[in-house]
Amino acid sequence: MTLAAEPGLVVAVLASLLVLLGATVTLVGALGLLRLSSFYERVHASTMGTTLGMASVLLASMLLFSALGTRPVLRELVIIVFMTVSTPIGFVLLVRAARHRDAAVGREPEVVTTGTPGGTDRDGPDAPLE
Amino acid sequence: MLLWLMLVAVWLLLNQSLAPADIILGGLLALLACRVHERLGKPATGRGGWRRGLVVLDLLVAVVTDVIRSNIAVGAIILKAHSRRKTQGFLDIPIDLHHPAALTILACIITATPGTAWAGYDSERGLLTLHILDLVDEEGWIGVIKGRYERRLQEIFE
Repeated sequence: MTLAAEPGLVVAVLASLLVLLGATVTLVGALGLLRLSSFYERVHASTMGTTLGMASVLLASMLLFSALGTRPVLRELVIIVFMTVSTPIGFVLLVRAARHRDAAVGREPEVVTTGTPGGTDRDGPDAPLE
Repeated sequence: MLLWLMLVAVWLLLNQSLAPADIILGGLLALLACRVHERLGKPATGRGGWRRGLVVLDLLVAVVTDVIRSNIAVGAIILKAHSRRKTQGFLDIPIDLHHPAALTILACIITATPGTAWAGYDSERGLLTLHILDLVDEEGWIGVIKGRYERRLQEIFE
């Protein structure tokens, strides 16, 4: 890709800051994969990269390329929407799989239940996939 | 028809072109996708109107601020991981959303905010199970899910 011109200083600084922010957030999330001890905790760490990390980098891209005027900026918005809509599919499946596995070996974690009369103690694995 | 138009628009946007060949190919692919969508069965859509658009915007702002806030919170927990006591846990929340699209959006919101993860939903009892990284204030989390998201989703869909 050939760049049309140099971006202005303000745009360049802002875009760089956004890229740095996104990279830092993703790095901290990756660090979390190393430092957190259980599977369920690590799920939270990996979502950092797919949310704020992803959005900051894409916002930087939008800012830079719209300032350079080489193409319309809407493509990154589409990517943000698709990422946000598609990541839950994998994460929900992974968490449910982990809970099934835990239940199968009798390691069912405690669930805090609130607000439902009659008690809703969970006494087995989650309902099978609908 | 609306779905078809949106699919063609996304196709052209991703290809960054308005060439006739792309329009024709996008149109054919969108037609195919629409046929598949019809076979899957249409979920009922909520009511329209200006007011609903405002609530959507309101929800979007709430979600974006929550995503940024929770990223900072989870980042802090990761960096202090060795010194803190374990506060993670599962939490059951009774919710009154039944609309499939509303539940889907709720799942997207919950996954998009680090610190909360969707761990299961029991449609018979209307019970949502979340895994929460920083489970200290249970009532507070229930307030966030019900007050910030569920209420607005109900206004949009029900």
